[in-house]
Amino acid sequence: MSYLEVKDLRVAFPTDDGLVQAVDGVSFNIERGKTLGIVGESGSGKSVTSLAIMSLLNRKHAIISGEVIIEGKNLITADEETVRSYRGHEMAMIFQDPMSSLHPFFSVGDQVAEAYKVHNDVSDEKAFDHAIQMLDRVGIPEPAKRASDFPHQFSGGMRQRAMIAMALCNDPSLLIADEPTTALDVTVQAQILSLIKDVQKEFNSAVIVITHDLGVVAEVADDVMVMYAGRVVERGTVNDIFYRPEMPYTVGLLSSAPRLDQVSDRLIPIEGQPPSLLRLPAGCSFAPRCFAKSHVNGDACDTTMPELLQTRPGHDVRCHLESSARISVAKQRLAGEN
Amino acid sequence: MGIYIFRRTLYAIALLFVISLVVFVLFSALPFDPASLTCGKNCTTEVIEANRIRLGYDLPMWEQYVKFLQGIFIGRDYGHGVASFTCPAPALGYSFFRQECVTSLLITALPPTIWLAIGSVTLWVGTGILLGIWAARRRGGAPDHIINVLTVFATSMPTFLTGQMALTFLIGKFGWIPPPDYYEPYQNFPKFFSTMFLPWIVLALPGLAIYARLTRGFVLETGSEDFVRTARAKGLPEKTILWRHTLRPALSPLTTLAALDLAFMLGGAVVTEKIFSIPGLGRLTIQSVIQYDLPVIVGTTILAAAFIVVANLIVDILYSVIDPRVRLK
Repeated sequence: MSYLEVKDLRVAFPTDDGLVQAVDGVSFNIERGKTLGIVGESGSGKSVTSLAIMSLLNRKHAIISGEVIIEGKNLITADEETVRSYRGHEMAMIFQDPMSSLHPFFSVGDQVAEAYKVHNDVSDEKAFDHAIQMLDRVGIPEPAKRASDFPHQFSGGMRQRAMIAMALCNDPSLLIADEPTTALDVTVQAQILSLIKDVQKEFNSAVIVITHDLGVVAEVADDVMVMYAGRVVERGTVNDIFYRPEMPYTVGLLSSAPRLDQVSDRLIPIEGQPPSLLRLPAGCSFAPRCFAKSHVNGDACDTTMPELLQTRPGHDVRCHLESSARISVAKQRLAGEN
Repeated sequence: MGIYIFRRTLYAIALLFVISLVVFVLFSALPFDPASLTCGKNCTTEVIEANRIRLGYDLPMWEQYVKFLQGIFIGRDYGHGVASFTCPAPALGYSFFRQECVTSLLITALPPTIWLAIGSVTLWVGTGILLGIWAARRRGGAPDHIINVLTVFATSMPTFLTGQMALTFLIGKFGWIPPPDYYEPYQNFPKFFSTMFLPWIVLALPGLAIYARLTRGFVLETGSEDFVRTARAKGLPEKTILWRHTLRPALSPLTTLAALDLAFMLGGAVVTEKIFSIPGLGRLTIQSVIQYDLPVIVGTTILAAAFIVVANLIVDILYSVIDPRVRLK
């Protein structure tokens, strides 16, 4: 049985201009020991999905429906106290910017210790000792000494290590990393990713990595979910997504990023901008930017939203185009032809 | 850190010298003859001239200032022989009008003002912060609007109005509260409390709004910070998130403001002390102004300025304790 099941998750934010449907019917499962990569542009709903799983969205400002089930318990309908006991304990999260995510007024050790103490009935000293162990575990040199330092005395990579120590200090079964490397130097990014991989092996946790960086996904993910305008548009194993992509948006993402494992003449950007979530196109949300639209007969792309359908076991695609046609269009595009 | 405090202290002392000089020069430049103010209408020139020499007003101004400064450090003797008297250090002058050293007048008037200041500042800072938190947590709701209206109302009411109304109605007409009769708290606490109760509230009302507004702003602004989201993601209870994580960054600005407010109040609350007959610095100041008792006015002015300077110094030092980013290695 899957450790985490997300079923038909929907998140909408009422605004003065209308309802913003940030996440629209997202479903997926994840097992312990596996890593799911969620890829998409800004505004694709990937961060909101993760915040909804952690129940970190303000219910006053967000309309949330669907199910987030961890070992049989639906967190969407659970009371605040139950959800709180899960947060930081069963499930933990690493955020994008470790500088702003750490409290500037408390020492790093105190902040890690606090995360441990809130879920464990231990003394302050014990919690701080545990924090030092965790800081050591994530590779902070001289952890006993650095634990009393403040976040501004840490480098960017060290801060993210501290965030990871904080997230892992209760041995969570689910770890969500929201753009964990975006704010870091390239050299540090690889260290942080391998650290996430290491701790996942050690703690056998389920990991969700949210990113817009395909390189990160290729590095850490077992499965990949591509999101566009609040919906899942393609889902499969990391090999499916990188070597057998079918949804034109996924193909567009891949052909707009340089790859070392394939020869292509040039990078082809995806034309246009993601649609406003307030004014989604009537049909497929990606249709206005889709290069494969001409291959679809009729005006299905502009009138109806395609279903997310299985193309091969474990590989789902949301597109009106026939599977064989999708593959050939994708091949052309990835070879650098339009 | 030590060097920082040392430098700050030197700076504060220098500032106090400048203030004392400015105050001294200003009051010496007033179109009054301090010597002729020492006795009433039927005064002979001989008496005035004798007092002039006795109090040192015959000396050139710079020499008067030097004597004034000397008095602060080593005390000051006035006159010679049988008519002589001494004001021990720190001497801020001699009130011929009251026949007393200014310093001892200030020392007598200080305790009521201290109690008044501490009580009202605690009341207004405390209530203001609590109201601000409440308003922020119910943002856009009824408490938010009610607090908003009430605090604006409280700020717009001058103390001479609220104080006078409290005196007229609560004490006079309805007799709910006994008339003010000041005692030191250790002498007669019930009388002290019933006397100070209304002045505390009257003084606290205008200050409330600033703290309520500021705190509301801080809580809302900090509440959307990433580190508050982190605190929530750790599974901390909302209470901890609010009091420990959200309010912590607001501590430095609020402390600064509260310390300066307290220092300002320690200079004396002229109107409130007058209305409620509290024998504090404010009442001493206003009486001295009416009586042209210049040495006392100089003394209260310098004392009030000293409170502000010292409060600033304390705030500077506190800042480095409160905010680790300011802490110097």
